[in-house]
Amino acid sequence: MTLLKTLVLAGSALAFAAGAAGAQETDAGKDWSTVVIGTEGAYPPFNFLDASGQLQGFDVDIAKALCEQMKVTCTFVTQDWDGMIPALQNGNFDALVASMSITPEREEQIAFTDKYYQTPPAIAVPKDSDIAEPSAAALDGKVIGAQTGTTHLQAAEALFPDAEVRPYPTAEEYKLDIDSGRVDAVVDDVVVLSDWLKSDAGACCKLLGTLPADPAIYGKGIGIGLRKGDEKLRTMFNEAIQAIRANGKYKEVQDKYFDFDVYGS
Amino acid sequence: MKNTLDPPLAATPPDARPRRRPGFAGMLALGAWLLAGLSLLAYLAAAWNSDLFARYAPIYLSGLWTTIQLVAISFVVGALISVPVALGRGSKGFVQRDLSTAYVVLFRGTPFIAQLFLIYYGFGQFRDFFESIGLWRFFREPWYCAIFALALNTAAYQAEILRGAVASVPKGQWEGAKSLGLSRLTMLRKVILPQAAVVALRPYTNEVILMVKASAIVAIITVYDLLGETRRAYSRTFDFQTYLWAAILYLLIVELLRHATNFAERRLTRHLRR
Amino acid sequence: MTSITSLLGFGAEGWGDDLASGALVTIALALATLPFGLVLGFLLSLAKQSEDWALRLSADIYTTIFRGLPELLTLFIVYFGINGLLKAASEGAGLPALALSSFASGMVALGVVFSAFASEVFLSAFRAIPNGQREGAAALGLRPRQAMVLVILPQVLRVALPGLSNLWMNLLKDTALVSVVGLADLLRQTQIAARVTREPFLFFGTAIVLYLVMTAVSSVVIAWIERWTRRGEPAR
Repeated sequence: MTLLKTLVLAGSALAFAAGAAGAQETDAGKDWSTVVIGTEGAYPPFNFLDASGQLQGFDVDIAKALCEQMKVTCTFVTQDWDGMIPALQNGNFDALVASMSITPEREEQIAFTDKYYQTPPAIAVPKDSDIAEPSAAALDGKVIGAQTGTTHLQAAEALFPDAEVRPYPTAEEYKLDIDSGRVDAVVDDVVVLSDWLKSDAGACCKLLGTLPADPAIYGKGIGIGLRKGDEKLRTMFNEAIQAIRANGKYKEVQDKYFDFDVYGS
Repeated sequence: MKNTLDPPLAATPPDARPRRRPGFAGMLALGAWLLAGLSLLAYLAAAWNSDLFARYAPIYLSGLWTTIQLVAISFVVGALISVPVALGRGSKGFVQRDLSTAYVVLFRGTPFIAQLFLIYYGFGQFRDFFESIGLWRFFREPWYCAIFALALNTAAYQAEILRGAVASVPKGQWEGAKSLGLSRLTMLRKVILPQAAVVALRPYTNEVILMVKASAIVAIITVYDLLGETRRAYSRTFDFQTYLWAAILYLLIVELLRHATNFAERRLTRHLRR
Repeated sequence: MTSITSLLGFGAEGWGDDLASGALVTIALALATLPFGLVLGFLLSLAKQSEDWALRLSADIYTTIFRGLPELLTLFIVYFGINGLLKAASEGAGLPALALSSFASGMVALGVVFSAFASEVFLSAFRAIPNGQREGAAALGLRPRQAMVLVILPQVLRVALPGLSNLWMNLLKDTALVSVVGLADLLRQTQIAARVTREPFLFFGTAIVLYLVMTAVSSVVIAWIERWTRRGEPAR
């Protein structure tokens, strides 16, 4: 058994080396009648679990609308943000609908559809904060919270080089910590921050302002992540995004959550 | 201690055993490891990226340094806390004994990660209270919370090690030292503790090794230790070799500690060898 | 603010049912890992006593690696790395893509760690069995395999029990790490509840109590098993 195990380990290590260099498969022959969708479930209002543990949010509703448009059956799974891309690559799900920005770094790993929304980043501070403006000087020596592995964390590090940026597993944790005063400011999507500030939980804080969305960090807006090579699925999603934009379904979902245009220009 | 109690190994004494050539199973197993090691090297060589290395090598080292500091400080603080706990465990007073027993059971019977969450996010809920007693400045910082949690956790384990080691010194040693007219302090310093140290050395190093491993969790409360830096590097590059480098570094620390203990144990037990 | 009883209650608003289902996942993961870790650990301990130095060395390498790595890192390597390998291997063989669920990844990672430690426990238990037992078995005409199963093994298990129960406790606690790769175990359900309700102290405190209950029940069961294994010993 030990033997078998070591053999399997060695064999798989070899396969690893081989697989890393291996060619990409395509999905040309694949029948996409069911699609498994991965999302995070901790990023309100885009995706979150409600009080009864059900997935809700803009991402989830857009995904459902797209699936309906494509006439495929969709099932949802949740996955921590950290492991999102590997889980997609490993086949735990087929499409990643989790408010992920289309960045060059990520495009090296996975493919993206066209954008399905685009909103700027922003910064929020406690109501009694002495930080007057979102400038590098004003945040010198301050502590900023952001979600780990996100474009917002990178942007915070780039825009406020003299601040200490702390990485949180999900958006919910930095919200707890700005409430308790452990961090002086948080950086995230303006919609996420506004939604939180409107709720009771966000009573502690106010929006300090939006931040410039550096295309080098933020890329081309928010897209749906797919495995490289799944070209057929990518075409299906892109056509469906255009279709729901055209037939009013997109606006219907948008109006359920927002009173402004999230698609961007 | 284990070796002195154990009878000789297996059916024939080791020296009488003919040095057999490896059989099929052994060759296969070792070959598999060799293959695994080679493919790991091949993978790391194929994935070698000098930009990546130049960018992340210093970051990894600073993460490693954070891990070492965290473990060293928590170990010392935990050692200090462990003394009253160990005394309490052996005490005749009900209150002291029950309190220290409850402490040990609580910290050894629950996962460290849950303790860390309770201390970090749970205490954050009571900011006003901690501010009123002037402790908020301490609990505000994830770094201090990490040290606090790790020190409390290791104190529970260290108390048991300490208690066991002191109890292992035969009663006659106490009596002998007393009959020599040694003061209590000299007795502890010259007679009891050196003997207890021989017994406690290995469990203490084991505890340090366990702490190095357990400390990897603090990344979750935003401390950039070795694993924290690794996860950050991975989330930027999505390159699996980031984890393999961390694994190599962790194995290096642990093996270094283990060999240092073996060496120290040989030195400390020179007088026992024939 | 909602009251504690309604927060911890069962039903749509309360989180009691979610915590309970998480606790079941925790217990299931630990129980599912145990046999796998025990068998693997036992085989490793046999390899470590083998006359074949290559087999001994192989088993020692295994122990060194999996005892030395932080459990969390082992978990990440299994979850991200082995899953990548599996996919590459299954695609290479033309099979549909295989993937380990977070439960299976947890089982593999925790089982491998458990077996590395268990092999050492078994090894010292084997060494504690006097040679006379083997010789006696041989004198009775038992074949080596019979001697192993009928004479040596029962004694090894009895000697190894305290060490193994320690490992079981560690296993039970280490399951909490699997929450980091997304398994809905007790700790993850607690985290979700703490986020949604913004009552981290209440929920993490409850989780700690639940873990304590699990370890306490374990030690009662272990004490019972230990008594049972010692029933053959003469009363002292």
